[in-house]
Amino acid sequence: MGTPTQTIETPPPASQPTADKRAARGATRPGDRIFLALSRGSGILLLVIMAAIAVFLTYRASLAISKDQGNFLTTFQWDTNLVPPDFGIAVLAFGTVVSSIVAMVIAVPVAVAIALFLTHYAPRRMRGPIAYVIDLLAAVPSIVYGLWGALVLVPHMNGLFGWLNDYLGWTGIFSWQGGAPRSMLTVGILLAIMILPIITNVSREVFRQVPQMHEEAALALGATRWEVIRMAVIPFGRSGVISASMLGLGRALGETMAVATVLSPTFDIQASLLDPGGGTFAQNIASKFGEATEFGRDALIASGLVLFVITLLVNGAARAIIARRKEYSGANA
Amino acid sequence: MKLQRMNRRALALGALAVSGALALTACGSDDTGGNSDGGSSNAAAPSNVKCDDAKGQLLADGSSAQKNAIDAWVKQFTAACQGVQINYKGGGSGAGVTAFTQGQVAFAGSDSALKPEEVTASKKVCSGGQGIDLPMVGGPIAVGYNVDGVDNLVLDAPTLAKIFNNQITNWNDKQIQKLNPDAKLPDLKIQAFHRSDDSGTTDNFTKYLMATAKSDWPYDGGKTWQAKGGQSASGSSGVAQQVKQTNGAIGYFELSYAKDGLKTVDLDTGAAQPVKATVENATKAISEAKVVGTGKDLALELNYGTKAEGAYPMVLVTYEIVCDKGNKADTLPGTKAFLRYIASEDGQKILAENDYAPIPADIISQVRTTIEGLS
Repeated sequence: MGTPTQTIETPPPASQPTADKRAARGATRPGDRIFLALSRGSGILLLVIMAAIAVFLTYRASLAISKDQGNFLTTFQWDTNLVPPDFGIAVLAFGTVVSSIVAMVIAVPVAVAIALFLTHYAPRRMRGPIAYVIDLLAAVPSIVYGLWGALVLVPHMNGLFGWLNDYLGWTGIFSWQGGAPRSMLTVGILLAIMILPIITNVSREVFRQVPQMHEEAALALGATRWEVIRMAVIPFGRSGVISASMLGLGRALGETMAVATVLSPTFDIQASLLDPGGGTFAQNIASKFGEATEFGRDALIASGLVLFVITLLVNGAARAIIARRKEYSGANA
Repeated sequence: MKLQRMNRRALALGALAVSGALALTACGSDDTGGNSDGGSSNAAAPSNVKCDDAKGQLLADGSSAQKNAIDAWVKQFTAACQGVQINYKGGGSGAGVTAFTQGQVAFAGSDSALKPEEVTASKKVCSGGQGIDLPMVGGPIAVGYNVDGVDNLVLDAPTLAKIFNNQITNWNDKQIQKLNPDAKLPDLKIQAFHRSDDSGTTDNFTKYLMATAKSDWPYDGGKTWQAKGGQSASGSSGVAQQVKQTNGAIGYFELSYAKDGLKTVDLDTGAAQPVKATVENATKAISEAKVVGTGKDLALELNYGTKAEGAYPMVLVTYEIVCDKGNKADTLPGTKAFLRYIASEDGQKILAENDYAPIPADIISQVRTTIEGLS
């Protein structure tokens, strides 16, 4: 950047000392300074935005919670139009956590399998196209997932639900009373599909970073391909996969429209994953917002605050895991 | 995590998909928002719409239940009055009333009349006046069901209340059989669907149950569904969709959603014949309503217990909410002209074509008088 200016400026003696100064201070040419200011500004801006969100949520939430006649944490109801209003997040917290866990249980093994297949088994020519298709899953808007779920997935779940009820009904978790299959399990399956791309992508990156030497050493000792994966690839990639899963979990926790379309929300907790009912924070906000009064919105914001806290905890956990296994993690390579 | 390493082509493909989707959505909203130029309905623009000096843009928001009616009206009205643009967002009654009390819209649509505190809030916006309710659209709430082999199901209020409160759980229940002596009711679990979102439809449906079957419906009512159990879906379209999809299902929604072969329940109101959910029968029931609003406010109290022949009492009335005095000067002519049109005979006639019920003559004539007095 400095060079063109020097050639244009006419008196050479005047430009000489400034050039020396610049060199003395190291990399502080205008471009660097602008970039430093920009990036520092962005960092500060991010903190300010987060703080503003937190302050706004806390303030509006406190307005609502102070008038709640029920217990905000344990009430199984959401009626902000009652006088006095009666609402609580028990069902929403339960539903959010359960649907996300179901999604993780389904998505993580599949995503890891896809990532391993792409990095170690698939013919080189297939890797690209399969990766593109998985990336495209992330580009589908969630309302489209919702519509697909309601129109295609739900009507086809009866068979699976009947089978689960017949063979695993005794566990209680998989008992089914024959309601429309718009339950936490269906939501979990849908969420699993939605979080698949991010977990797959990050896991694939991690598995690609496994040092070639490790794998070659294992092969030299006579390991089969599966043994290489088990002994070299998976231990190396474990923390990366965990953090990828946390990213996916964060997405599943906050998913809104797809859940609102597919779930049959009611304000009670079902022991069975197959019986319709339950709800999630984001779904509840989406479905109650349109008709909510000023106070109703404050109450929804209060529930949003709880989701905010849960998501922060998840992100914090992910960062902690990455930090603890820094040396080994391919995620930081 | 070296995400930046991710293939550029993948990103490009993703971006293409996203922008493609955006482009498609944009087209979609254009189609619904704009008028189909050269359409047959435009050619026959009503000649007796009085535009006066109405022009500019009217913003409105509110009840989604009357969105289709407003759309039909706007199409006719703007064809006659080229200078006016009306933008009605069907964001829900709550959103509409909030937007109104904050002075963001010229008028709002709502499934329920203004509450006292909302009237107080409206005084800030209507200088020297207050918000008033003008009943403009009626609509029967149909109870749709999906039971193979049962075609003319008759139910009364107590049975409906028990079905939606999980006290009757099978289709071959004696109480249903008693009302339908000729029907072959299957041994099938009843799946009752209600709205998962807060809704004026729920409010009016439960008001009907509270008024006519108090002992079987022990809840307070309101826009939030209060009974435990049952299943739910979002929006009238969602409930109708679920009823269509699920064998043994029953659910309530506005009549206009009872399409594609969805069967609806006939109500046994105590009249000699069970009453079908039709727009004529709804209008007949609304004509028994009393005006309970004070001053210029025309909030109605419906007579849910009517036993009049052919009166379908499970109805919903949506109001347009405006200021009686102190409307904004730049939107007043447009608002007045539009309201005058929708309350006119032509305007009300369009309702029946869209599965809504016109407001009965003596009430709508009061509405017309009130509109002329808006200032």
